[in-house]
Amino acid sequence: MKAAVIVFPGSNCDRDIQVALRQSMGSEPQMVWHKDADFDSVDLICLPGGFSYGDYLRCGAMSAKSPVMKEVIARANKGVPVLGICNGFQILAESGLVPGALMRNAGLKFVCRDLHLKVERNDSIFTSGYATGQAIKIPVAHHDGNYFVDAEGLKAIEDKGQVAFRYCGADGTVTAENNPNGSLNNIAGVYNAKGNVLGMMPHPERLCEAALGGTDGKAMFESLVAALS
Amino acid sequence: MKARIHVTLKNGVLDPQGKAIEHTLGSLGFEGVSQARQGKFIELDLEETDKAKAHEAVTAMCEKLLANTVIENYSIDLEQ
Repeated sequence: MKAAVIVFPGSNCDRDIQVALRQSMGSEPQMVWHKDADFDSVDLICLPGGFSYGDYLRCGAMSAKSPVMKEVIARANKGVPVLGICNGFQILAESGLVPGALMRNAGLKFVCRDLHLKVERNDSIFTSGYATGQAIKIPVAHHDGNYFVDAEGLKAIEDKGQVAFRYCGADGTVTAENNPNGSLNNIAGVYNAKGNVLGMMPHPERLCEAALGGTDGKAMFESLVAALS
Repeated sequence: MKARIHVTLKNGVLDPQGKAIEHTLGSLGFEGVSQARQGKFIELDLEETDKAKAHEAVTAMCEKLLANTVIENYSIDLEQ
């Protein structure tokens, strides 16, 4: 399996994903600068978290128009798997690769803590290592993670099973108290219609080692390796 | 030509920053204020001299970059 991590000016989780991929793949992912639209053919493209372009205008708005994203969009539309985490999710939403938008957190505060996510389905290349309905512990760290889509769009993604993860309690129950940012229906991650693109606010790459407080993120990278090797 | 663009959240999209502004205005003693909405103001100088063409170009800019039409509306004012 070959993977690429796109590095934007202001990305700061690119090396975390690099380490998580290296450990799961057993080989080195390619790090691709955002101006290099011409990169190797790969089985997986990752858009990392951070504050690309200083979050100017809207989070992810500038990165979504960078040279490399034209290529990422073209490859995603051909079926290449793309994983966008945190700022990567914002970039995917701004690119139109996943539905909806990420707005300022309802509480107006930056939220940085471990929380639980309910895995909505495990028949995807990203989540086969989890059980459907499983509650996994994954950290969030964002100011703009409040997922919004209009009523019609929300119905469409719910009906088509495009919700990947919801914020929940340790026992998997989805309640308003477990919603850290005001996201509609507690949505923490969404797939595109084809299911080859996943955008999520929480950071699985940050909990892949017991020494860091948990390993629930590791199964996502192992799922991808199993599906794409 | 000057283009002045207002980008605002669509009706029905919650605006927590607007709510916080409204609340603080109330706590400062300004009464009778409601529906505070925060938006963005963008000003551009355009070489284009034809107003219709300028409007068309700025509309494309709004659709492609300046506004996220999932959550935002925009309005364009042009001044010769």
